[in-house]
Amino acid sequence: MKKELITLNINGDDHEIAVYPWRTLNEVLRDQLHLTGTKLGCGTGDCGACTVLLDGQSVSSCLTLAVEAQGQKITTIEGLALEAAANKDLEKCELDPIQESFIAKGAIQCGFCTPGMIMSTKFLLDHTPKPTEAEIRAGLSGNLCRCTGYNKIVDAIADAAEKISPTK
Amino acid sequence: MSLPQFTFLAPTSLSEACALLEKHQGTIKIKAGGTDMIVRLSHRAVKPDYLMSIKKIPGLDTISYAPDTGLTIGALALLRAVETSPLILENAPMLARAAHATATVQIRNMGTVLGNVCNASPSADNIPTLVAMHAAIVASNGTTEREIPIDEFFLGPGRTSLQANEIAIAIKVPPLAPKSGVSYQKISPRSKVDIAAVNIGALLTLDENEQCQAVRISMGAVGPTPLRAKQAETYLTDRKISDETLAAAGRLAAEDASPISDVRASREYRKLMVEVLTTRALKEAYGFAKN
Ligand SMILES: Cc1cc2nc3c(=O)[nH]c(=O)nc-3n(C[C@H](O)[C@H](O)[C@H](O)COP(=O)(O)OP(=O)(O)OC[C@H]3O[C@@H](n4cnc5c(N)ncnc54)[C@H](O)[C@@H]3O)c2cc1C
Ligand code: FES
Ligand code: FES
Repeated sequence: MKKELITLNINGDDHEIAVYPWRTLNEVLRDQLHLTGTKLGCGTGDCGACTVLLDGQSVSSCLTLAVEAQGQKITTIEGLALEAAANKDLEKCELDPIQESFIAKGAIQCGFCTPGMIMSTKFLLDHTPKPTEAEIRAGLSGNLCRCTGYNKIVDAIADAAEKISPTK
Repeated sequence: MSLPQFTFLAPTSLSEACALLEKHQGTIKIKAGGTDMIVRLSHRAVKPDYLMSIKKIPGLDTISYAPDTGLTIGALALLRAVETSPLILENAPMLARAAHATATVQIRNMGTVLGNVCNASPSADNIPTLVAMHAAIVASNGTTEREIPIDEFFLGPGRTSLQANEIAIAIKVPPLAPKSGVSYQKISPRSKVDIAAVNIGALLTLDENEQCQAVRISMGAVGPTPLRAKQAETYLTDRKISDETLAAAGRLAAEDASPISDVRASREYRKLMVEVLTTRALKEAYGFAKN
């Protein structure tokens, strides 16, 4: 069976690569492009560890075919700080404010769920800049964490929301 | 696990897509959002030679409303789009509630309402409300279209009355009669994002004396296909709505249900929940119908 030559736009860069049509976006990101920030947990859509943004929408990369991600803007955890920099008209940001809040609030233990949690948070805050606690919990209900017990993640997201859209 | 090998097809017109279905009958599967299909491929529950995405077919993602014909939801309208569409929130808010009750944020950003219907799982979140509301599936074979009433659509778990060369291009939901109300109720063992252990859709229409003129109750996850609660419907029709008659309708619905015991719930629990949720759904629908 033949590979297809496709172009994926990831974090602002075009990558021309040959992929089998049955490869998921998760496999191509991690195994072919070595962008291993995006994790693979369950592989069946349940855990959210593989979450990336496609044209700004959070999706499970483990259920997305790489060939179908062509023509869309793919954002992974590696690209978040670059986007934050672009939004602030800066050359570079060390981290996105969401990443800073996760660190500051101790919302990371083993860290395996963190990239997915942060990408889901990005989608949530882009659509709901001032979420209630219930909205935070609902927005993150597609992301599982076996370490933190979730409370510190919720705190981190509230903190990030306040930083990004301060209440006056 | 990696997916099994397949040839990927992405036709850009309906006629091309239906011709491919015809040509590769038995060895081809349709993919919309893929949230069921990719999982099934990954589990090797299906091993098609060809996987055909319908996402490149233009015009299938629209949601529209006309006062005489009602809502039309295109095959590629995402769960998220239905959940948040102003047209749906205004004209059929229970369809938005059902879409919202489906899966997680990420899955709703990928999966479609029609995929949920065509997947024909007995526990599907979007089916009971659509059954209650007299929906019809619009099927196309590339040259002609036909409308399949939703009552005739489900043949068994994962089986529908679509022909091998047909694609469901939309689902139509007629406007409600005056003095009608709809409700969707779901219970799942773990959390809101889990698959339903029981779900109920109900549509109640009142006559000028505030009696029940017509009622449709659809029960999910309690049989091989979504089931109508026929005894409850017959009982309630032409009767006065009261706490007693709604409770009796709930008991009759439980009699109509034929659930199994599985990891999500036991048969006995499901029966009890059919009773509770049917009464709850009817009560809510009655509240909407009165106003
Ligand atoms: C983690 C997870 C959680 C989930 N939770 C829920 C839940 O809570 N409730 C629930 O009801 N479902 C749930 N699902 C199932 C699934 O997400 C839904 O059924 C979804 O709506 C399917 O839509 P899709 O577009 O992804 O379908 P696909 O996977 O693309 O297709 C589903 C089936 O329908 C067929 N099909 C799709 N579109 C058409 C068409 N236009 N014409 C003909 N055939 C077609 C396909 O061949 C396939 O057999 C969950 C799935 C996952 C992975
Ligand atoms: S790895 Fe994709 S959702 Fe778990
Ligand atoms: S920090 Fe370990 S899984 Fe969340």
